[in-house]
Amino acid sequence: MFRIVREAIEPAALESAVRSGDGGAVTFVGIVRSRADDGRPVTGLSYEAFEPMAIREFRIIAAEARERFGDVAIAIVHRIGELRVGEIAVAVMASAVHRGEAFDACRYAIDEVKRRAPIWKEERYADGTADWRANP
Amino acid sequence: MRIRVLAFARLRELLGAPEITLELPEGARVVDAWSALAQGCSELDEQRASTRAARNGNLVAFEEPLADGDELAILPPVGGG
Repeated sequence: MFRIVREAIEPAALESAVRSGDGGAVTFVGIVRSRADDGRPVTGLSYEAFEPMAIREFRIIAAEARERFGDVAIAIVHRIGELRVGEIAVAVMASAVHRGEAFDACRYAIDEVKRRAPIWKEERYADGTADWRANP
Repeated sequence: MRIRVLAFARLRELLGAPEITLELPEGARVVDAWSALAQGCSELDEQRASTRAARNGNLVAFEEPLADGDELAILPPVGGG
């Protein structure tokens, strides 16, 4: 499951990617924080994506995770549009026969999504201003 | 040649549109498309060092040649997750 969505993400839906025979599944959810890295109060975020390229990047990241960690199943869903504090922006699920590979693959996938998927966020601040924020 | 430029996030705001059609001479490269866009927008040119280009969905260098009908996406630093 590799998707860009405009509606609320239901993390449990990613578990449909878990295969019969898998013994462990790890799901990471990224949530809109109430404060920016510089401490400013945030009221919400606006995300946009270059959708076809983002989906393809999700698939490539999943293939890389399988090369690194073996037989893992991966699901990646990222929401775009206007999000409020506390809403889920991204969910990544990794499952494998054993938990170690599932944890490692999940961590790898979310790190790579943040590092290179063509997705952008604009932070909206309590004082009415807004700013595009790149990942470090 | 005629190409379609897709701009995202801050670059979209600086250009004032998510999509722009450009007429370029034969033999033009990505850097020529960038120069044409930046000609009307000096603030855009300041973003050059941090911008990546994707030709028909694949990341390319700014020296990459373009062809008629290409889709060129200009991508600012990403912020997903």
